[in-house]
Amino acid sequence: MNVTDPRLLVQPSPLLKQRMRTDQAMRDVLYALLPATLAGLWYFGLAALLVILSSIAGALITEWVFSPAQARSARLLDSSGLLTGLLLGLTLPPALPLWMAFIGGAVAIGLGKLVWGGLGYNLFNPSLVGRAFLGATFPIAMTTWSPGAGPADFFQVYESTLTPPFMQASYDAVTAATPLGLMKFEYQSTPLWDLVIGKTSGCIGETSGLLLILGGVYLAFRRGLDWRMPVSILASVLLFTGALYLLDPAKYPGPLFSLFSGGLLIGAIYMATDPVTSPLTPRGTWIFGVGVGLLVVLIRVFGGFPEGVMYAILLMNSATPLIDRYTQSRVFGKGIKTE
Amino acid sequence: MLPDSGFDGELATTQDKNHAESLTPGDTLTMGLLSFFRPSFHHGIHPAQHKDTGDAPIRRLPFAERLVIPLGQHIGKPARPIVHRGQEVVRGEPIAEADGFLSVPIHAPATGTIRGIELAPTARGPKADAILLDVLHGSSQEVLYGAPQDLDALSREELVRAVQETGMVGLGGAAFPTHAKMTMPDGHHVDTVLVNGCECEPYLTTDHRVMLEDTENLIKGVRIAMRATGAERALIGVEDNKMDAVEAIRAKLPADDSMTVHALRTKYPQGAEKMVIKALTGREVPSGGLPSAVGVSVFNVASLAQLGTLMPRGQGLIERVVTVTGPAIERPGNYLVPLGTPIRFVLDTLGRESGPGSVVLGGPMMGSAIASLDVPVTKGTSGILVFRHAPGAEHLGRQVQPCIKCGRCVEACPLSLNPSQLGLLAAKREYDAMAEQYHLFDCFECGSCSYVCPSYIPLVQYFRIAKAILRERSATR
Repeated sequence: MNVTDPRLLVQPSPLLKQRMRTDQAMRDVLYALLPATLAGLWYFGLAALLVILSSIAGALITEWVFSPAQARSARLLDSSGLLTGLLLGLTLPPALPLWMAFIGGAVAIGLGKLVWGGLGYNLFNPSLVGRAFLGATFPIAMTTWSPGAGPADFFQVYESTLTPPFMQASYDAVTAATPLGLMKFEYQSTPLWDLVIGKTSGCIGETSGLLLILGGVYLAFRRGLDWRMPVSILASVLLFTGALYLLDPAKYPGPLFSLFSGGLLIGAIYMATDPVTSPLTPRGTWIFGVGVGLLVVLIRVFGGFPEGVMYAILLMNSATPLIDRYTQSRVFGKGIKTE
Repeated sequence: MLPDSGFDGELATTQDKNHAESLTPGDTLTMGLLSFFRPSFHHGIHPAQHKDTGDAPIRRLPFAERLVIPLGQHIGKPARPIVHRGQEVVRGEPIAEADGFLSVPIHAPATGTIRGIELAPTARGPKADAILLDVLHGSSQEVLYGAPQDLDALSREELVRAVQETGMVGLGGAAFPTHAKMTMPDGHHVDTVLVNGCECEPYLTTDHRVMLEDTENLIKGVRIAMRATGAERALIGVEDNKMDAVEAIRAKLPADDSMTVHALRTKYPQGAEKMVIKALTGREVPSGGLPSAVGVSVFNVASLAQLGTLMPRGQGLIERVVTVTGPAIERPGNYLVPLGTPIRFVLDTLGRESGPGSVVLGGPMMGSAIASLDVPVTKGTSGILVFRHAPGAEHLGRQVQPCIKCGRCVEACPLSLNPSQLGLLAAKREYDAMAEQYHLFDCFECGSCSYVCPSYIPLVQYFRIAKAILRERSATR
């Protein structure tokens, strides 16, 4: 015998494994969000960076504190907490007091994810849970929009940014309404090009439509998102607003304005596509997407708020288990009559 | 218990690079586009193919000193031995007879002396009865035993019986007795013989070589299968990564158009029975049903090529082509191996690197890693894959992460099952719900879901456990 019997490792098949890992998929989303994040910093300066970092810190610290010791490193390394924090940060107003952003991050992970049993078990998108909490708790801070200082004054932060914890924020004299606010309350339109490149007021990461779409295309090619989701949401928004616009162009916003204003793009590309809280099957995805689009238009046009993406996605999140149940694919060979 | 395959991933990248270098981007693009329009089935996966032994001609392996010939090498009842200890047998002579209809005889793979009938290790784990045969030193591999017969003179029933006499089973790996596929349940009529040359498992190249080197016997075998089943036509399906085999077969097809050869899209598990039927005929085998329900009978190319060789001579199945490959084997290739040859002998002859690793019988997706090198090559052994355990691989792919419902498994499952939901139910031990609402028992364990899962959840393993527990429950109830 010229070979000594080496240790034989017995393992179940399949022995081949695709190398994609969940944490890599999460990091892909982070990379895709990078351009829009940098644009946010360009327009809103250091304050925006601090808000994002506070939100991420809130998310990661909460994850660390409430995870069992042996699961801590794995949970922090899977990048899902980081992604939740970043996504929340990008949907916050740039002048938000930092302590509020921190609390938002903590709530996003705590109430949005951990209480459900951790990654994979939550019903609602965690970052939107954090944002909804902030919206309900600090309604003024969450709807006070400050104009971007621009890259010239990068290190200039807002008066409200460094408000000590649990104190009321005081705002600079100048505030600026978002394009959706202008449209809803003052019937003013914003030039489309400003919306595309993001030269408007609004949340940190939601303003630059172009860069958000760019990241989405990257993700779609990396198969990090289901293209059906953004396509169905955006197409249904275009369709519904287009129909209304044709009815009365003076009263209703145009479809392209609707597409590029507010949080629609970041919501459709990065939040509705969260695999945990969206349906599994292609058919379910179409239903979910059209539902989001319809709710966005309903809330924006007929509701009391100028923006409705957050509630639209959260509402459809709650419908996901139901959609999943009724959109199971036909199993191969089922429902076939034997000759 | 996890499918640790970090080392395969490593290997995949290096070998893919080599493969890509031999093709220009234009070639790859045209091939990809052409392939896209070829018939196939829904879903499925594209693992790295590793078919490096595809151009290695079939070579004979010498006899081991002692052969271990399990009585149960096929699905169905084990064969009944008809030899006794100390009896001298000639290569090709029957040494065990079929025990009932769903059973096949076994023939002596070598000339020598019966050592006894003892328990021997099998690939599945538990030991089973096997005939031990001491090979006569220096004996020839030529087969003298046999009774030539005129197949055209046989009736259909006699032909099926003659197929059973060869001891033939599905050589693709399932090892289902071939004659049983030729016998239809009452009221079923088969109009199509489907010849499966897909060989969709990575690494394996035995069917590929047989189609190239034994084309004439394959055609003969197809004709036997058509006569035995009463089918009017035969469709030969080959994955389009083996276009040379398609051409070789096309050149030898009879003029009467009863047989046709078709290139199918290269996609795993194209070679699964239901998938290849769907691709070639568009028919969908009903859940829980057999191919005969849609008028089809499926045979593996190697089985038919062997039938074409053995039947006119009246001989039995005593050897088979096995792909021996993998990163830790020194002389990979396709070898004609006498049945009963211990894996240890094969690996010693072809040189295996020492050090820890896995030895897998069959393909890497559905094969089984063996716990003992004393396991022999049997009728169903299509490949012996020898993997090396790369240092540091323990950390790769060991950690199971939570299911994030990304849906990759749903897109991979060839049967459109919902592996994600099945996996979550398995974790909660809701086995009944798995079977009743999510069609657990339709799963044929192709491993596509485990392959794609980014959270490294061993889904197929969960399903095997769930099935075993449910079977046990219904047996005790």
